[in-house]
Amino acid sequence: MSVPLLADSRLVAGKDLRLEWRSRVTTNQVAPFAILVLVLFGFALDADAALLDRATAGLYWIAVLFSGLLAIQRSFAIEAVDGTRDALRLSGLDPGGIFLGKSAAVAAQLLTLEVVLLGGVAILYGTDLAGVGLLAATCLAATVGIAAVGCLYGALAAGLRVRETLLPLLLLPVLAPVLIAATRAFEAALGTVGVNGWAWVTLLAVFATTYTALGLACFGSLLEDS
Amino acid sequence: MTLSATTRPPAATGDAGPAPGPPAHTGSSGSRVLGTLTIVGVVALVAFGLVISPADVNQGDAVRLMYIHVPAAIIAYLAFFVTAVGSVMWLVRKSTWWDLVAASSAEIGVLGTGICLVTGMVWGRPTWGAYWIWDARLTTTALLFLLFCGYLAIRRIPADPAVRNQRAAVAGLIAFVDVPIVHFAVSWWRSLHQDATISRLDPTIDGLMLFTLMLGMVVFLLGYLWLMVHRFRIAWMEDRIDDVGLDRALDERRAEGQPQPVAAAETDTVGAL
Amino acid sequence: MEPAVDLRAAVTLLGRFPALAGVDLRVDAGEVVLLRGPNGAGKSTLLRTCAGLLAASSGRAHVLGHNLADGRERRAVRRRVALLGHATGLYDDLTVADNVAFWGRAGGADDADVAAALAALGLDGRLASVAVARLSAGQRRRTALACVVARRAELWLLDEPHAGLDAAGRDLLDHLVRDAAAAGATVLLASHELDRAAALAARHVTIAGGVVVEDSRTAAPAPPTIQSLPVAVAGSSV
Repeated sequence: MSVPLLADSRLVAGKDLRLEWRSRVTTNQVAPFAILVLVLFGFALDADAALLDRATAGLYWIAVLFSGLLAIQRSFAIEAVDGTRDALRLSGLDPGGIFLGKSAAVAAQLLTLEVVLLGGVAILYGTDLAGVGLLAATCLAATVGIAAVGCLYGALAAGLRVRETLLPLLLLPVLAPVLIAATRAFEAALGTVGVNGWAWVTLLAVFATTYTALGLACFGSLLEDS
Repeated sequence: MTLSATTRPPAATGDAGPAPGPPAHTGSSGSRVLGTLTIVGVVALVAFGLVISPADVNQGDAVRLMYIHVPAAIIAYLAFFVTAVGSVMWLVRKSTWWDLVAASSAEIGVLGTGICLVTGMVWGRPTWGAYWIWDARLTTTALLFLLFCGYLAIRRIPADPAVRNQRAAVAGLIAFVDVPIVHFAVSWWRSLHQDATISRLDPTIDGLMLFTLMLGMVVFLLGYLWLMVHRFRIAWMEDRIDDVGLDRALDERRAEGQPQPVAAAETDTVGAL
Repeated sequence: MEPAVDLRAAVTLLGRFPALAGVDLRVDAGEVVLLRGPNGAGKSTLLRTCAGLLAASSGRAHVLGHNLADGRERRAVRRRVALLGHATGLYDDLTVADNVAFWGRAGGADDADVAAALAALGLDGRLASVAVARLSAGQRRRTALACVVARRAELWLLDEPHAGLDAAGRDLLDHLVRDAAAAGATVLLASHELDRAAALAARHVTIAGGVVVEDSRTAAPAPPTIQSLPVAVAGSSV
């Protein structure tokens, strides 16, 4: 039971990453957009070093959420052209495997984006990247959660005429706890605020586990009936 | 289960009805009793809330907002819980009845969170000196409001009923599962800021005030049930309208193939090949 | 023996529209059946129902022994059928070889099956490494057909398969259909290209208004088809 699930998810993730490798949409469009968001925050906050230093963690995760939204939309836009959605249903692939595969591909792209953005804040905001272990754990746990919810709602909105406006409305409120937790954990890692960062990472892990489980249970019915 | 008696539209009461089909209204003897009780309850709540109960020592008359604010919040949570149950039941059993319950309940839940937010802000102005502070409960409620606005947005997208129900059920579950996580994250976050966690009420609450608060809960619960019955019946009748047409649609569809001249001509062509 | 397709009074709804309004159709394993009928008659819906993509809302609908009323069975039947629809179901940014490999593996094919399918459609040369977005319409159809071939399905559901193909492509398609039938696969073929399709199929089913209005198993064009079939399977193309 579990082996075909993992084999199917590897196949789908491999396909999505290969597609990204050939089209370079994340590399050439989403990553520059993420950096652009950081620059715009710099303008908005008047390039005030002290203010930027305090706000780095929050601005970082806002940039991740916005660019993640684009990556998720892209991930389901490729399944909405020329009957690929039907083909996916017809393929006989395990829906849970499709969910895991697409989530894994989105997560891999998000992690790349996050590394780029870390470089961005280090350079643009002069952030001293301390607490690397905590930073990495936060990124990993938050990314799995974002990818899981993103793929659920992405599949739900895919193929709708209103998907571009609907997806942010659906996704961002659900991801509010991720923003809160990841920002606090980053603040702890960067030493901005003295809180227990690992407790927040635990909350992120709970979020990621919950939505991955929900996705495994529900993705099939979304793929089936829309 | 309260509503199970309403799954069939109530029998047409008046002979003056336009047709022997479905009734033109959603009332029944049960709903009228519920409605009367609700209205009497509202009158009593107004009397107790605005006149009989005393003003608070610290907050003055502003405390009277509590008799709406707190029950609205609790009803909203109850409503979203019912939506989650309805969503699960749709996913498991494909029961339209439960889907309509989930939809009706979510609308009332959004109304409840809306009332809770507005009264909270009005109450916050005299108590905290600002319409909005990042109070844990208020923030959680605001997120709930937005989460279920998304749910209602999905329901409003025109689609085949089965598809729409499926999407809505999954969205309802995603939103509901988020509630405890939002609650934890927000209250944990606000507890870092000591100054923001202002308690609005003394832990020892005056007996008459407590009674009024309880009365408010009962009245809001009655109101919830009353609205549910009517909202559900409207949704059910809309659903029935769609269903009644199936037999006719089948006949019409088959008739498309009947005008034989075209089909016969085509057959002859093939026969000649 | 159980028929490959067994529909009795099957109704399929598209939204509230009964696209299939009570279809009776029995197709035995190994048969090649041509579905005919005017636009909007329900041919595509019939094929999609047989593929397990649409649920039959009433009546009996069994395909390859799977009861299509049940969601799990509907999912199971999909691994055993192949559908070539109006859309090709290809990823524009992936190459021809990537697409055939992905859809083939998803249907349980191995590398040899994929390579064989590419070769069978003449896609194993330079075209294999070209992105699908840069293909012509006919080359796209060929790639989609390669995906169907790679799946080694027991039931082939072809919706207007001749559309968009050149003469060589059509000959190739007819050849592949005959090969599949000779290997024991069942083929349901919806087409308006009656002269070509009629030669392929020994049985013609006419659909109109979502029901079967004519089923001619031994119609006039059938005997020559049956005589020519062994020749085609033996390998000589038309």
